[in-house]
Amino acid sequence: MEAQIRQVLKDHARLSKDALTLDAQEDLYQAGMTSHASVNVMLGLEGTFDVEFPDHMLKRNVFNSISSIRSALTELGAA
Amino acid sequence: MKTAKLPLLPEFPMPAGLQGDGNWWVGMDLVQISRIEKSVQQFGTRFIQRVFTPHESGYALSSPALQYERLAARFAAKEACIKALNLSEKGVNWRDMEVFKQTDGSCSLILHGVAQEQATQRGIARIQLSLSHDGDYAAAVVVMARSG
Repeated sequence: MEAQIRQVLKDHARLSKDALTLDAQEDLYQAGMTSHASVNVMLGLEGTFDVEFPDHMLKRNVFNSISSIRSALTELGAA
Repeated sequence: MKTAKLPLLPEFPMPAGLQGDGNWWVGMDLVQISRIEKSVQQFGTRFIQRVFTPHESGYALSSPALQYERLAARFAAKEACIKALNLSEKGVNWRDMEVFKQTDGSCSLILHGVAQEQATQRGIARIQLSLSHDGDYAAAVVVMARSG
C-alpha cells in the first residue's frame, strides 16, 4: 500500500522532495503540497484504491503524511 | 549605542486566516489557473463534481474561454473561507462553501452543512467575497463579521 501512496504523491502532490523516499511521518504540507494539490492527491488515492473519502475525513491531518494517509485508507477498507 | 526596540513577532507558523477583535475574520487564497485546468484534464467530472456545486460548475463551464479562470476563482474562495473559519480540521465538503453569482454580476458566498454550522457558532451574520483573476492566477478574499 505504501508504495502506491508514494506513487500517487509523486504524480499529484508536487512535493519539493522525492515522494518515493520521503519519511512516512514527514509533513507533506511542509514539503510543498498545496491545498489544491491535496485535492488531486485525494482523487488519485480514490482512483488507485477504489475508495471514496467521506466528508468527515476531508481534513488536513488526514493528508498530512504518508503514515496518516495509510491509516485513513486502512479505515476505508483499502486493500 | 542605542538599539531600536523592535516589535515582537508572532510565533510561526501563523494561522492561515486573520482573526480581528473576535468580531470579524478574513481569509484569502491564490490559485494557479493552469493547475486547475490540469486537474480537470486529469480527473474530469470527478474533480468538478467533488469540488463545485452544480450552480458553480454550470456558471463556470458556460464560458469555454473563461471556465478555468472561474473554477480557479471559486476554488480560491473555498480555500479563503476555510482559512477564515479555520475549517481545515473540521471535515468540510468543498461544496458546502458555494460561490453564488448574483443577477447583478456580483458574487456572494453561501455556506451549507458543517461550514454553515461553524459560522453560526461564531455568530457570523455577514460574509463579503471578492474574486479576481489576472494572467495565470485567481485570488479570493473572504471577510466574515458578526452582526452589529
